[in-house]
Amino acid sequence: MRYKCRGMSTVAFIMRRLLGAIPTLALIVALSFLLTHLAPGGPFDEEQSLPPEIRANLEAAYGLDQPVYVQFGRYVRGLLHGDFGPSYKFRDFTVSELIADGLPVSLTIGFTALLLALAVGIPAGILAALGRGKLPDRLVMTLAVAGISVPVFVIAPLLMLVFGIWLHWLPVAGWMPGRPMDLILPVVTLALPVIAYLARLTRGSLLETLRATWIRAARARGLPERTVILRHALPAALLPVVSYFGPAAAAVLAGSLVVETLFGLPGMGRHLVQGALNRDYTLVMGMVIVYAALMILLNLLADLVYAWLDPRIRPERQS
Amino acid sequence: MKSSLWRDAIARLRGDHLAMTSVWLLAALVIAALAGPLFIGYREDEIDWSHMAAPPFEAAGHWLGTDRLGRDLLLRTLLGLRVSLAIAIAATLVSLVIGVGWGALAGYLRGRTDALMMRFVDVLYALPQVFFVIILTVVFGRGPLVLLVAIGAFGWLTMARIVRGQALALREREFVEAAVVGGAGTLRIVGRHIVPNLLGPVIVYATLTVPQVILVESFLSFLGIGIQEPLASLGNLIADGAAELETAPWMLAVPAGCLVLLVFSFNFFGDGLRDALDPRDR
Repeated sequence: MRYKCRGMSTVAFIMRRLLGAIPTLALIVALSFLLTHLAPGGPFDEEQSLPPEIRANLEAAYGLDQPVYVQFGRYVRGLLHGDFGPSYKFRDFTVSELIADGLPVSLTIGFTALLLALAVGIPAGILAALGRGKLPDRLVMTLAVAGISVPVFVIAPLLMLVFGIWLHWLPVAGWMPGRPMDLILPVVTLALPVIAYLARLTRGSLLETLRATWIRAARARGLPERTVILRHALPAALLPVVSYFGPAAAAVLAGSLVVETLFGLPGMGRHLVQGALNRDYTLVMGMVIVYAALMILLNLLADLVYAWLDPRIRPERQS
Repeated sequence: MKSSLWRDAIARLRGDHLAMTSVWLLAALVIAALAGPLFIGYREDEIDWSHMAAPPFEAAGHWLGTDRLGRDLLLRTLLGLRVSLAIAIAATLVSLVIGVGWGALAGYLRGRTDALMMRFVDVLYALPQVFFVIILTVVFGRGPLVLLVAIGAFGWLTMARIVRGQALALREREFVEAAVVGGAGTLRIVGRHIVPNLLGPVIVYATLTVPQVILVESFLSFLGIGIQEPLASLGNLIADGAAELETAPWMLAVPAGCLVLLVFSFNFFGDGLRDALDPRDR
């Protein structure tokens, strides 16, 4: 880090934010547990007319005959040891195994999509702002409006149709470790809405920043236009873009449910959808908790970048 | 004075071409969803054995073609539009009631209660709404009623934040002080004095909530967790279309086009309404 520590160091800032995230996560765990356990009915309701003895045995095996607070205590103790409990429907797997199985796939797609969105969306927004009203601007903005109002579950089949079925350029579905071609369509699908939003946001924010008096001052000092834009305007203009990190991550997470299901990728999203279709309580709960933890981490990351870009809210500020 | 505010707003809205186009488009879509099915000579579950997966304009009477079971696609899309609209409006109303109540109470009470109530909102914000809705559908089963309650129950967060901000400012006004002096209770002040005065932003945000709800519902129906066959919704029609992509692309194009138009026009109408009611922001 390029700044000196006076009050609170960056490490302390991170530690404090991580500690602050614990109650949030705890509340989400409690909420999802309560929602699933206080409701009438149980996970074995759908299997047709189980004999009462077998049902009782099943419930005893999974600890469902205990009072709710005992079950909750056991669940939390398990979580602290990284144990998310057994899956009710995938009998041979624990939820932890399914998470360990899907998380790397989901993280790969998700992070690649976010990086792609940043790498394309921000430059596109800058281009549009600099050529305001001209052809590139119009083009970028039209695409941006389209990208925002067409949902992922429409984009994905369209891309499959064009690039997979008509042009035969890319595989439509499937996943082999170490075959990056499989990842192109899913990643692009996930990134497109974020690219659209980022481009619009960057354009608006940069145009506004370029009107500021301190930009006029920088120009008056005779600095080259390149320096004015890249060194002076851009860091300030990127602040609203960084605030959009959280919602962008949320969009990618939600979109990954569709993308993984449609493209047949063995990630967490597909497990979650399968779990929801099977009414697999523990699986859905475990996945939701992992997603919440991911979201909290990403938001923390966004806060750090924000603080790094904006000297006014650097963590060690004391005044 | 209030009536002139609204009259001005409507006049401004009239001048906004994009917003007006959206209004007419929306009206057309709603009328088509309500009345359209009456003019189609097929029943919703009627199977046309001689025209299965027929492309648009090919089979007589099936203007937009049929699906793989030989059901009229236009009819199913209109019925799906009806279901999606009904759920969207009902869920928006649910989230409106919770959000306005929660936000107005928090803003009016201030202090520790406010902090606690808004902290709860922050926690729920940590996850996209769909995940909570998925948990609820796992627990309560899948169906239109569960879906609309679940979406409404987690869709009120932003509304609560907006309303709280407005309520914080409103509570300092003289008429609230007068009501307090007059001996009105908390609920009465919030219900009769705070809430009526923040209807403007509430209406705008409600208009912008409807397309979000439509998207959440179609998203879940697309994944098979929302509206179930034989009931049609735009989401499960799009899923059907995506499955028949190679052989019958119109099965995707018709419902997807309908959804995009609907979301487009709701968003532009909401934006126009916001500009019309609050011209300062422009």
